[in-house]
Parts: sequence; structure tokens; C-alpha cells
Amino acid sequence: MATQQTRSLARFMMAPSVVLLFVWMIVPLALTLWFSFQQYNPLNPIRDGFVGFSNYALFYSNPAFLQSILNTLILVVSVLLITVIGGILLALLIDQPMWGQGIVRILVISPFFVMPPVAALVWKNMIMHPQYGVFADIARFFGMQPIDWFGQHPLTAIIIIVAWQWLPFATLILLTALQSLDGEQKEAAEMDGAGFISRFIYLTLPHMSRAITVVILIQTIFLLSVYAEILVTTNGGPGYASTNLPFLVYQKALLEFKIGQASAGGVIAVILANIVAFFAMRAVGKNLDK
Amino acid sequence: MKLRTLTLGLLSASALAFAAHAESITIATVNNGDMVRMQKLTDDFTKANPDIQLNWVTLEENVLRERVTTDIATKGGQYDVMTIGTYEVPIWAKQSWLLPLDKLGDDYDAKDIIPAIAGGLSVDGKLYAAPFYGESSFVMYRKDLMEKAGLKMPDAPTWDFIKQAADKMTDRANGVNGVCLRGKAGWGENMAFLTAMSNSFGARWFDENWKPQFDQPEWKKTLQFYVDLMKADGPEGASSNGFNENLALFQQGKCGMWIDATVAASFVSDPKNSTVADKVGYALAPDNGLGKRGNWLWAWSLAIPAGTKKADAAEKFVSWATSKHYAELVASKEGWANVPPGTRSSLYANAEYQKAAPFAKMTLDSINAADPTHPTVKPVPYVGVQFVAIPEFQGLGTTVGQLFSAALAGQSSVDDALKQAQDAATAAMTEGGYIK
Repeated sequence: MATQQTRSLARFMMAPSVVLLFVWMIVPLALTLWFSFQQYNPLNPIRDGFVGFSNYALFYSNPAFLQSILNTLILVVSVLLITVIGGILLALLIDQPMWGQGIVRILVISPFFVMPPVAALVWKNMIMHPQYGVFADIARFFGMQPIDWFGQHPLTAIIIIVAWQWLPFATLILLTALQSLDGEQKEAAEMDGAGFISRFIYLTLPHMSRAITVVILIQTIFLLSVYAEILVTTNGGPGYASTNLPFLVYQKALLEFKIGQASAGGVIAVILANIVAFFAMRAVGKNLDK
Repeated sequence: MKLRTLTLGLLSASALAFAAHAESITIATVNNGDMVRMQKLTDDFTKANPDIQLNWVTLEENVLRERVTTDIATKGGQYDVMTIGTYEVPIWAKQSWLLPLDKLGDDYDAKDIIPAIAGGLSVDGKLYAAPFYGESSFVMYRKDLMEKAGLKMPDAPTWDFIKQAADKMTDRANGVNGVCLRGKAGWGENMAFLTAMSNSFGARWFDENWKPQFDQPEWKKTLQFYVDLMKADGPEGASSNGFNENLALFQQGKCGMWIDATVAASFVSDPKNSTVADKVGYALAPDNGLGKRGNWLWAWSLAIPAGTKKADAAEKFVSWATSKHYAELVASKEGWANVPPGTRSSLYANAEYQKAAPFAKMTLDSINAADPTHPTVKPVPYVGVQFVAIPEFQGLGTTVGQLFSAALAGQSSVDDALKQAQDAATAAMTEGGYIK
């Protein structure tokens, strides 16, 4: 039990880092808010000044805006579904005793070590390319027309790439959870005559629920800001088919130099991310309190 | 001991004096082969100017553009010399962000610069950037496939001929596409090609009152022709293909024709990298008999930002890098074929260069066929052949590029793409204060 004194001492010693972290967050946020109310285009400096909410109105009325929100959500949900379900299956698989288990495990987690732009380039040019890609070769081998992934199914292509990158993370966390399951419990269930499926549903899955929660929360944060994969492969197109919110903000800021509108987009993104985080915490965060 | 201290003191004093005297300038440039070669040859400059030191910042094209634009717009002052294109020069010069280049030296011979290029880099008759290399666009085609198709490429083909030839050359079973064109979205990618192409169809971005023209029949004809041509005779996944992708396709023998930058000629005719090097022919970009061809005009150029405190040293460097002397220096070390093309008339009069570069004449003819001050059939209020030299164009061009790329990919119809382009352009021009 901490005494009054040790608690004050702890607060006093923690204060600098708390202040630093606070300033670290508050300054960029305040600047973003400030710029979101300014007409600021460095390429056209004559028309500067306070413009009220018109940046927000312009950002909202942009035809790409609603599409980008929809794309952001589709991207997050699809990748979460693939990585969580795939992660559970892979974790179960590589938890089985087998020859060369160490090597298999390293191979499974290796995509996580590849940097996003590099991964995207490899997928774009060597795997999904409609002329030279492995997929195209396979399609031609079976006498089928190769799929033009980035032209016809751009968002699906990006979901596949991002899921490929995050699957190892999910697998790793879920595998650790799986390994912490008590062997005696499993044996007891087996002796009671529980089959593989009922053991999985009533024993393994509840045991993994906390790990699944962690995977969903961490991935949601990162998936809301997917950017490099889009920049490298489709540049948000064709049309707005693969533009998500971070990419739209990038387009406004660094291609069009509309700093005001980009800041407004940034503020909207922060608000939306908080809404998503709130619901995610409500829905799955309860698991963490147990 | 005393003597040693004295010597050290004297030495450091002279070093300080030298440092105060020597000036170092920072040059931002693009990582293209010609610029990288220039960096290797700078000994020649520093020998003649021992009091000037050069610092290089070499970046990929898009990154360079972001950096120098941010630097000059926020008056960051990081660079003394900037590599920019014909798009930026007129805009920045009008904002008084660039210094006019009027002290390039007595033997610089500014009149030797090809008039079309000089026109693109001048405002009110004053040169604001010196061209390092220049380019237009033209048709590169496979002579063997043309022969097989029973056709002969004229020096100045029409779009109808290109369509006819593409239809005959396409042999999908053997991986040959009749024509490869840019489809990747971007103001410098598909819109460079499509804007130049639209000029030859009589289209324009804006009328004299800055009203967008995508609702006019000329644009419909341009985009419909392009989409139909690419669907029938273009490669798979064309909506992701930019300059580099098409270059690779052509070098591997997968394209019958390719309409793109004249600088590509030295790559497709290089036997080390191209499987079709000995089979390539060249022709002017196509037209429709309306008086304008579908070719563009571009020059990577060196300019000096107005904020620099080292203008004299910077101008000396710009003069050296874009001089006739530099061309001769490259020729003596690496051969005439490697001299930066497209900037000086004298290079094209040089017999040795003509021999080393079989595409020289067609390149010069293409550059001369482009007029950035009168780019379209109907009058326009802007300068620029494959772009509109206003600050809003970077953003707008890329947005429209995305819409047209979607039409090529079949994600939207030609009519929808044009309608959305009209809306986006109207919004951008209203926001920019061009139309009320």
C-alpha cells in the first residue's frame, strides 16, 4: 500500500514526462485546428486569412470524401476479419508438433519484417502485375484471362497486401495465447470426450479472447492510417476507388497545397478515429477488464 | 613551442580567411541519369571556380517537387539552385520567386537555346531558368511489325492511321499490343499525354474566361478515342502504366507503337537494355489535320530562387551546367549520344551528334512543333502545352487524371468521367477566384 508521500513523489517524478507527452500531442493538434480555419495555400499567397468553417464545407463536399470514409472502413474491417480468422487458424496450425517447426514459424512471421513500401512494390510488380506477375502466369497456365488487380479491383488488392503484412502480427500474438493454455485442461476435456471442435469453441477460443481483443485494438489504430501501400500501388485510383482518408489528406496537403482543407481533413480524421476507437473499446475492450 | 603555436595560429587564421572567402551553394536536383552525370563532372567547374563549393541534394522527381515547392513557397531558403520544369517557371516567375538570368556570361549564347524551349522558360521576354535538357513527345514504333502489317509509317501520321496500324499490329496471343500509352493517373503522367493529345483534337482545358471545357464535344472525342484505342489494342492493366512501365513493355517487344517522351528514344535504341533496339522507327506525334499535333514540351531547368544570398555564384554554376562547354565536356568523356538533348540548336547542327543519335532530327522537329504560348486550336488564357501554368493545376490535373484513369479501367463511363472532371474543374476554378 503506497503512502501519501510515495504517491506524491511518484506524481512529482512522472510530471515532466506527462507534460512533455501532453505538449507533444497538443501543439500539432492545435496547429492543425488553427490552419483548418485559415485559407492557406503557399502557392497562392494572396488569398490568406480566416475563413470560418468553409474548409470543412469544401472538404465535406469533395466527391472523394464520402468514398474515402467508406474505403477506410472497408479496409479496416476486411483486414481485421482476414487477420483475426487467418491468425487463429495459422496459430492452431503452427502450434502442432511438426518437423522444422522453428523454421516454419519464422517463415510465417517474416512478412512483418518487410517495410510497407517494399512489400507494396513486390506485390505490385512481381505478384499482381497483369503482365509479369505470378498470378497472371498462373491464370494463363490455366487458360484464363489474367486479372488486372489495380485497375479492376484496386481496394481488394490493397486489402490483400495489407492483410498479408498484418497476418504475422495476429498469428504471433494468438500463438502466444494458445501456448499459455494449460495442457491439463486440454487433457481433461479430451478425457471427458470433447471433440476437437467443442474443445476449440468452449476452451481455446475463450482463452484466446483477450489476445484477440489486443490484436483488434492495435491493428485498428494502424489500419486507420494505411498510406504507403496506396501511394505505391494505385495512388488512390482509378478514380477514388482506393482513396482512404489519410491518402485524401495527403493529396490535399502535398499535391494541391491546400493546407487549410488538409488540416480540416486531419481534424475530421481525428474525430472519426476517436469515434471508431470509442466503439471498439466498448465492444471488445470489456474483455480486458476480466 | 612558441614557433609551433605561432604556425598553428597562422594556419587556422588562413583557413578561416579561406572559409570566409569560399562560398558554398546548395543545388536541388532530380535523380535522372543526366543530372547524376553532371555531379560526376563538377571537378571541371570547381577547378575554374575554386572559391565556390557545391552541395548536392538529389531527389526522386515527386519528392523534389514537393521539397522545392514547399521551400520556395515558405521562403525556407534551403537551396541556391533549383531544378524545376517548364510548369513551375512561369508561375514562380510571376510570383517574383525567381531571379531573372541576365548575367550568364558573354560566351553563353542564349540565342542558341531552341526558341520553343526558351519561350516556355521566359516571362515577358526574360529568361527565368536555363534548360538542362529538353524533350517533346513522338511516336516510337516497331518497323518489323509495321512491315508485317503491310503498312508504312508516314513521318507525320494522323490519329486514324495510328488506330488502323494498332488494330493490325495487335497480336494478343503472342503478347504484342498495338499501342502502349500512359494510363497512370497524375498531372505529369496520363494528363501530360491526354492534354497534349486533346490539343490535336481541338479541345482545351479552359476558354478565355477560365470556364472549364470538359463538357464540349472535343473532349468527348479525345477521351472516347483514347479509351476505345486502348481497349482494343492496349496492354492489360494500362491504367497503372506510366512512363517507366511502358518503357519496359516496349523494350521487351510487347508494344507495336509507343507515343511518349523523346528522351525515351535513347533507351529503346540501346541494345544493352532493349530487345528491339535495331527495329525502332520514329515519327511525329499524330494530328487530326486541325493544325496542332499531340506532342508536348518539357525542359528540366535550373533556376535561382529570389531569396538566395549567393546569386552570383549560383548564376555561375547555372551558366556552366547549361553551356555549350558542358555539352562538349560530356561528349569528350562519354560520347555525343550522352549529351543532354533538346536545349541548343547548335547540338542538332552538329554532324557527330546526328551520327550518334538517329532520333536527333525527329526530336528537334517535335520540339519545334510545340508552341507553349499558343498550345491549342482555339484561344486560351494560359501558357503550357501539356499543362496549364497556374498553381491550381497540380491538384486539378491529378484529380482529372484519376477520373480519366477510371474511365480507362472501365470503372466509369467516358461521359461520367467528363462530367465529374467538369464539376471538379469548376469547383477548383471558383475556389481559386478565376470564375465567380
